[in-house]
Amino acid sequence: MGKPGDHPAFFVAMEKMIEEAGLSAIYDKVAGEERLSLEDGLQLYQCRDILALGALANIVRNRKNGDNTYFIYNQHLNYSNICTNLCKFCAFGKEKESDLAYEMSVDEVKAKVRERLEEPITEIHMVGGIHPELPFDYYLQILEAIKEIRPGVHIQAFTCVEIAHLAEIAGKPVDETLEILKNAGLGSIPGGGAEVFSPRIRRLTCEKKLAGSDWLEISKSAHRHGLHSNATMLYGHIETLEERLLHLDALRKAQDETGGFLAFIPLAFHPKNTEMADLAQTSGIDDLKNIAVARLMLDNFPHIKAYWVMIGPKMAQIALSFGADDMDGTVKEEIITHMAGAESGRNIGSATLVRLIREAGRKPIERDTLYNIISTP
Amino acid sequence: MKDLNAKILSGLRIEDEDFLRLAAEADLHQLGHWADAVRRRKHPERKVTYVIDRNINYTDICISACSFCAFYKTPPESGGKVLSFEELGEKIEETQKLGGTQILLQGGLHPDLTIEFYEEMVRFIKSKGIHLHGFSPPEIYHFASVSNISVQEVLDRLIEAGLDSIPGGGAEILSDRVRNQTSPNKCSSDQWLEVMEKAHRRGLRTTATMMFGHVETLEERLEHLRRLRQLQDRTGGFTAFIPWPFQPDNTALAHGFSGKTGGHEYLRTLALSRLYLDNFDNIQASWVTQGPKVAQLSLFFGANDFGSTMIEENVVAAAGVSFRLSEREIRRLVEGAGYAPEQRLMDYSPANS
Repeated sequence: MGKPGDHPAFFVAMEKMIEEAGLSAIYDKVAGEERLSLEDGLQLYQCRDILALGALANIVRNRKNGDNTYFIYNQHLNYSNICTNLCKFCAFGKEKESDLAYEMSVDEVKAKVRERLEEPITEIHMVGGIHPELPFDYYLQILEAIKEIRPGVHIQAFTCVEIAHLAEIAGKPVDETLEILKNAGLGSIPGGGAEVFSPRIRRLTCEKKLAGSDWLEISKSAHRHGLHSNATMLYGHIETLEERLLHLDALRKAQDETGGFLAFIPLAFHPKNTEMADLAQTSGIDDLKNIAVARLMLDNFPHIKAYWVMIGPKMAQIALSFGADDMDGTVKEEIITHMAGAESGRNIGSATLVRLIREAGRKPIERDTLYNIISTP
Repeated sequence: MKDLNAKILSGLRIEDEDFLRLAAEADLHQLGHWADAVRRRKHPERKVTYVIDRNINYTDICISACSFCAFYKTPPESGGKVLSFEELGEKIEETQKLGGTQILLQGGLHPDLTIEFYEEMVRFIKSKGIHLHGFSPPEIYHFASVSNISVQEVLDRLIEAGLDSIPGGGAEILSDRVRNQTSPNKCSSDQWLEVMEKAHRRGLRTTATMMFGHVETLEERLEHLRRLRQLQDRTGGFTAFIPWPFQPDNTALAHGFSGKTGGHEYLRTLALSRLYLDNFDNIQASWVTQGPKVAQLSLFFGANDFGSTMIEENVVAAAGVSFRLSEREIRRLVEGAGYAPEQRLMDYSPANS
C-alpha cells in the first residue's frame, strides 16, 4: 500500500480541486518550478479554498524535503527583557524601572545551562531586549560562559536588531562585531526582529526598531561571515497583504544574493498584554495561509517552520500538509510568546513531536541547527 | 479510486471497503475536498450554525468509572454532589439571560436516585420555559435498572414530564470489545442503540457522538459509524454527528498511554465521518477539544455546525482541556472561513425566525 495521496487518481482529483479554486495558472508555474510573482502571491492570499492552497504548497514541500520533518532538541534562554524599543506588538519587553524587568548575570546564564546539562540539547537559542546599559563585554561573556559549560552546543543568538545594537555599543562596524561574536561562540543568528519590513508598519508599531532594510543588510553580512540565519514575519496585526508580500519578496531577493537563510518562520501575532490588545488572535486559516503562501513564494528557502509555540501543536502538525517541514523544537521555558497569551504548553517532549509528525504521515528527523541529521527516531 | 471519486461526487453511498481505502490512501487535502463537496451538497447555503446553551451536570457521582473519564466521583469517594433545584434554577436563568435556548443536561450514573427524582427535575426545568436536551442513553438505561422498570417506561415518563430531546453522549465506540475494556459498567452498544431507536420512535430527535483515539482500531471506528448509519436508515431520528478525540489528562486510561490524537487525525476522522454518514444532515466541529483554530478548519473538512457556545462545560475541562469561546468569537471564526454564522435550535431550525 502506498502512502496517502500517492495514487495517480488523486493527482487527477487534486488538479480539479486546484482548477476549481482558480489556481491553474499558478499550478502550472509551480509544476514548472517557475518563480511566482507578487500578483500570484496576492491571489494565493485571497484564495478562499484553503485546501487547494495547501495542496499547491504541499507540492513544493514534497519536492524540497520529501516527507522529512525536522525538529531540534533546544533550550531557549532570554537573558533580559529590558528593552528600549518597546514595540507595540510585544508583551515581553519592559522598561528598566518596571517591576517585571529582569536581567541575568553571567552566573545566572551559566546556571540555566547547567540545569539541563543531562539533556541531549544541541542548540541554545538566546535572545533578549535592547538593553540600555549592559556593556558589549557582557554579551561576549555570556557566549563564552555557555561554551564553557556546554562546549559542543550550537549557540543561535542575537537577532539582527540586537546585532545592530551590539555593534553600536562596541563602537565597531557590523562586520567586525560579527567576527568578534563568532570568535566568542556565536554559531548562527535567529530570525526575530524582522516583523514586517514596511516602513509604514515600523512607524506605527515599532518606531525605534532597526529599519527593515538594515535588518536585511545585517542578515546578508552575517551570511558573508559564514553565519547562517533564519527569517521571520509577524503577521496578523495591522499589515496589509501587499506589505506581507513585499516582505517575502525582500527576503527572496536577499536569499538570491547570499543563500544564507535556513528557514522562514511565520509568527502569529499574539495580542494579549500588548499595546495592540484590542486586536483579535489570528485564526487557523490565517496561520495555514501564511505557511502555504510562504512555501510557494520563498522558492529559494530550504525550510519553512511551523513554530508550535505560536500556533499550538495541533496547528503545527496540520501545517505539515500546508508547506511546513519543521516544527522547531523542545524549547522549554518559552517566555516571549507566553507573555502575550500563547496557550500552548511551555515545553513539548521530543516523543510528542515524533508522534505528531508520524501521525501526519511524515518522517521525523532530529536535526541540529544547520539541518544536519542527529537521528531518525 | 477514480470510481470512488465519481461515487462521492455523485452522492452515492460509500461502502465499508471504500471507507478503509480512503483511510489508508487519501491524503488530508483530498479527504477535505471530498468531505467539503458532500457538505456543500447537503448545505448549499453558505452558513454555519451554532446553538447557545449550557452544559449542566446534575451530578458527578457515578458508578460507571469509565477509564477515559476524568469527571466522575465513585461512591464512597467523597466530594461528589447532586445539584439542588435552586442551583439548577439559577443556572437556567443565567443561560436565558445570555440568550441561551437550551440546557444540555447530563450527569453521572447515580446509584440511588430513582425515576421519580428525574421526572421531578425535568418538570422543574421545563417550568422555566427552555428546551431540555437531556440524559444520554447510558443514563436512561441506568434509570431503568435502578427503578427496575423498562427503558420504554423511563422514556415515556421522562417525555411525559417534558424531556425534549436526547444528547448522543456515552456512545464512545459502539463496539463491545472496546466497551468491555474501557467502560464495562456502561450500557452495551446494542443497549445504547436501543435507547436511541426507542426515543426516535417516540418522536424525539437525538444526536450521536464518537469518542475515538484510545484503544479502538480503525475497523472498530468503522463499526461505530456503520451501526449509526444503519439506525439512521431505519428512523432518521439523528440530527447530527459529533466526533471528538479522547482527552487523556487525569484519566485512568492515561497511564501508559502516549497516543493523544493530533489535529491531523482529528480532521481526517471528521472528513471520513462526513463521507460515510451520508444520511446525517449535520456534522459538528468540536472546538471544546480542538480549540478555535482547528475548529475553524473543520469547516473545510465536513463540519457545518460549530456546536454550542457552552456557557458552562465541566467534563472535558476535567480532562485538562479548557478552551472558552464567546458567541462573538464563534461568529468571527465562522465569518473568517467565508460563512455566515446563524444561531439555531436543537433541531437545526433558526433561533430567530
